[in-house]
Amino acid sequence: MITLNHYLILSGCLFAIGMYGIITRRNALLILLSVELLFNAANLSFVAYARYLGDLTGQVFVFFTMVVAACEVAIGLAVAILLFRTRETLNTDEINTLKW
Amino acid sequence: MNEAFFFYLFSGLTLLAALYVVFTKNPTYAVLSLVAAMFSLAILFVLLHAYFIAVVHVLVYAGAILVLFLFVVMLLGVGREEPASKSQRLYRIFGGFVVVGFLLEIGLIIKAVSSSAQESPTILAGTIEAVGKLLFTEYFLPFEITSVLLLVGIVGAVVLSRREQMPAEGQYLPGKAAEGGRSKQV
Repeated sequence: MITLNHYLILSGCLFAIGMYGIITRRNALLILLSVELLFNAANLSFVAYARYLGDLTGQVFVFFTMVVAACEVAIGLAVAILLFRTRETLNTDEINTLKW
Repeated sequence: MNEAFFFYLFSGLTLLAALYVVFTKNPTYAVLSLVAAMFSLAILFVLLHAYFIAVVHVLVYAGAILVLFLFVVMLLGVGREEPASKSQRLYRIFGGFVVVGFLLEIGLIIKAVSSSAQESPTILAGTIEAVGKLLFTEYFLPFEITSVLLLVGIVGAVVLSRREQMPAEGQYLPGKAAEGGRSKQV
């Protein structure tokens, strides 16, 4: 019998993996990719709660999350292209003008 | 029993793919591995009776978002390995601490709330009809606002990735465009 806890633990593990990716990756594109993992961990727990509480609102929220994720990716990738065009790199160790 | 089997199979697949996304050196492989993770997540959504969400998930994530990612990775030519930096070890250690702390926290929270929502769920299928009805009645205003958000996304992406033009000749200057073309233009 698969309970809500199984899904919550899976979602937590996915979130942790994504967080590790954000912290350790130095490529801006791959950081964005790890953010996608976080989005999906949140989506999974939304859907799991929708199922186990018997309320479809969770699924509607996942729909909204996807829209936000799509916008975030469009803008984020545009920023990445712009960064690459100006700095010739995507390494976040070298993009440090704000870190003085 | 079948549900348990599929749950463990596809949650394992999802976790493996996610780990590969985080640990592989090659950005192209990372994106492709995330596609695999999205597909197995969609199957988990089907197990949770969220059929509409599962389909949209495959279409939007695997179909649109990750293809966009792949396109940019190949366009920028960052498909080669990341250079190993000196600070990498420090980040790894810090990341390890954060992850362990986070997992402990999640475990404690799940233990604390596990009695509230459990067992014998009412089967509530997230078909297109059911989700659509909710989306167009109760959540109609947020639904309309998402279209504004998408418009903002489109305009933002176009404005950001547009190359600046020199006013006189009106020709593209790819190399020089970034250096302050905006101030020169006016």
